[in-house]
Amino acid sequence: MVARGEYLARASDCIACHSKPGERPFAGGRPMVTPFGTLYSPNISPDRDTGIGAWTADEFYKMMHTGRSRSGELLYPAMPFTAYTKMSRTDVDAIFAYLKTVPAIRQPNRPHALRFPYNDRKLLLGWRALYFTEGEYQPNPAKSKEWNRGAYLAEGPGHCSMCHTPINALGGSSRSAAYEGGLIPMQDWYAPSLTSNREAGLGEWSIEEISDLLQAGVSERGAVYGPMAEVVHNSLQYMSDADIRAMAVYLKDLPGSTPPASSHAQDAEALRLNPLGKKIYANQCASCHGTRGEGRGRDFPPLAGNQSIQMDSPVNPIRMVLNGGYPPGTLRNPRPYGMPPFAQDLSDEEVAAVVTYIRTTWGNRGTPITDRDVNALRSAPLD
Amino acid sequence: MTVKAMRDRILRAVFAFSLCSFASATFAQTSSVTLPDSIDTRVMACTGCHGARGEGSHDDYYPRLAGKPAGYLYNQLAAFRNGQRKYAPMTYLLEYLPDSYLHEMAQYFAAQQPPFPKMPTPTASPQVMALGKKLTNEGDKARDIPACIACHGASLTGVSPNIPGLLGLRAKYISAQLGASRYGARGSDHPNCMQKITHRMTDSDIAAVSAWLSSLPEPLSPAPATEGSLPLALTCGTGEPK
Ligand code: HEC
Ligand code: HEC
Ligand code: HEC
Ligand code: HEC
Ligand code: HEC
Repeated sequence: MVARGEYLARASDCIACHSKPGERPFAGGRPMVTPFGTLYSPNISPDRDTGIGAWTADEFYKMMHTGRSRSGELLYPAMPFTAYTKMSRTDVDAIFAYLKTVPAIRQPNRPHALRFPYNDRKLLLGWRALYFTEGEYQPNPAKSKEWNRGAYLAEGPGHCSMCHTPINALGGSSRSAAYEGGLIPMQDWYAPSLTSNREAGLGEWSIEEISDLLQAGVSERGAVYGPMAEVVHNSLQYMSDADIRAMAVYLKDLPGSTPPASSHAQDAEALRLNPLGKKIYANQCASCHGTRGEGRGRDFPPLAGNQSIQMDSPVNPIRMVLNGGYPPGTLRNPRPYGMPPFAQDLSDEEVAAVVTYIRTTWGNRGTPITDRDVNALRSAPLD
Repeated sequence: MTVKAMRDRILRAVFAFSLCSFASATFAQTSSVTLPDSIDTRVMACTGCHGARGEGSHDDYYPRLAGKPAGYLYNQLAAFRNGQRKYAPMTYLLEYLPDSYLHEMAQYFAAQQPPFPKMPTPTASPQVMALGKKLTNEGDKARDIPACIACHGASLTGVSPNIPGLLGLRAKYISAQLGASRYGARGSDHPNCMQKITHRMTDSDIAAVSAWLSSLPEPLSPAPATEGSLPLALTCGTGEPK
């Protein structure tokens, strides 16, 4: 039960929010900046006074299932109870049993620093009425066992929709648009739609490619970066082959809406920027991404036909060029190749040119971008 | 071949093998990318700032890495990753990389021996340079400041495994690091004496020693002194005088 709990705690990525990087796990205190102020995650180690050492399994399940704290208060949805409510009692009990075995750390919780009126938890009642449905996952009888396992993992413990959904003004994810993608507030990263064939839709990916991306962090279609690198690093790399495959089967099957995609290669702005972009690409990028944007297998992601750089929101490819990055070092890929940052070497105009070039060349159907788009992201947070 | 070198080879062979089975067969044939499967290729994300072989670059604040002891370089990479040493672009690159990989990167740069870059001649006055020279070679007993060479080696090329060389660095970088140590903005899991020493130094001391160090010529041999070859002025683990 404890081993199962450890596995599920990883699948739920409790550690990401309830630990400060480089400090002791589960002691909480990690600041989470939101448009309404800063939340500090609580200590969930088994310390009796400052952690959850005095909780019972019933109390723990009730919190995970109803989104109300042990004292009965409404929880902020930064704690992903809207997803965890779908978990079975057995799975939640296993997580609780595991948390009882981790080292107890004495560290009092830091109060949240939220602005009026968001510091009033009663306000959450309205939000809950709109966006929260309490209840465990109900299998879809029309689908396979594997599909249902994947759906359970993604919607429940994996809380994928927390990022992969447009965020509304109250910081909740709207259900109607589930998995349609959205800009993560305060982080300036765009989590693409996971709906088939739309944005970074996975409809055209093979099950193996999706599985590689989720488990190894790299695939022949693209690599993970930004907040998704953390998800793979902390959580998905540890999941079993069968569970990863189940999620891939489910993700590939999400309903799709095919976008009207026309080429922007002849737009005036693209025609203006592309000669410069082409030159920069040849000098600075082609050695890794290939002369035709073809990349090299799982080493260097392809840019031709890569949905993740053609989305309406150009935020991700701009940040990639400014900040570079390594995909996460994972059990299956412990020594990833990396991409250099270019913020210190290229001007706003140059970054705009090369990003416009990769978004509109080789049959890619993204829109041109401007130097102002680039400038706005120079100060984006790196943590 | 030493036992360690042999072990490294074996590890590498195992690595290469496990990677082969994972590398893509279809794309390898059609890709125009010819970069070899090597650690050189893997640190290309670093060399834009630190120079192709870690020799340093035109920028005042991008330090030389080449030839510094591997243990020291690893401690720094871990400190950036864990947030004890602060430079956001590097923390961002290293955030999700495992220890074993950081060791490999550290060993790579430790083994490089590119020529030293030509440094701008410091504009400091002769008096300032004299103070810098004195602190470096003799320290200041009255103020309990040990000589830098007591730890960083008589030729200032560092001491294996954890003490860096101080040559080939620009004055601005050196003074920025001394300032960061003094104000506690630079730390690592591996306790060291620099915070204690910089507390005893004035701003003019720091400016002087930085100017002097950056004016020194290339060493005859860039290799760090071997472990235990000189008694340290302070026991770095505890920060207490010996
Ligand atoms: C995305 C970030 C995030 C993740 C992932 C997350 N939490 Fe939380 N958690 C929070 C925040 C923020 C709070 C504080 C919410 C509040 O004060 O309303 C919280 C609150 C809690 C509490 C305290 C509730 C109370 O009664 O005060 C517990 C216990 C808890 N989380 C356990 C878990 C467990 C177990 C997991 C994994 C299954 C998990 N959390 C995953 C962010 C997260
Ligand atoms: C913390 C926010 C966050 C969470 C939680 C999250 N993602 Fe992501 N995800 C992102 C962002 C941002 C990107 C865009 C960067 C990239 O492509 O790596 C992304 C990209 C992806 C992609 C790649 C799409 C493409 O075309 O390249 C897939 C697939 C994906 N996520 C699946 C998942 C699954 C499955 C889960 C749940 C287990 C999940 N994500 C949870 C933020 C998140
Ligand atoms: C040294 C090799 C290297 C160079 C040079 C390089 N890249 Fe990359 N690039 C990579 C690697 C490795 C990744 C995966 C990084 C990650 O996942 O964090 C990547 C990822 C990307 C991505 C995200 C695509 C995806 O699906 O992961 C974009 C966009 C990109 N690079 C554009 C560029 C551009 C434009 C240039 C030139 C200005 C460039 N790269 C130069 C190695 C390189
Ligand atoms: C954007 C430029 C940039 C990139 C890219 C970069 N570094 Fe650095 N690096 C710096 C700067 C600036 C410092 C000094 C930071 C400070 O003030 O502490 C530094 C410091 C270091 C140090 C400590 C040196 C010493 O003597 O204390 C090491 C080791 C290092 N970098 C290794 C790397 C590695 C390995 C990579 C690639 C994964 C990398 N760097 C990528 C700019 C960069
Ligand atoms: C007692 C031993 C000791 C003495 C004496 C000493 N150092 Fe250090 N120094 C160290 C150690 C150990 C480190 C590595 C710190 C770390 O791991 O972060 C270091 C690091 C440094 C660095 C950072 C180098 C880099 O590449 O970032 C500078 C600069 C430095 N010392 C300058 C000096 C100067 C100047 C003096 C003389 C005034 C001096 N040190 C005296 C032990 C010493």
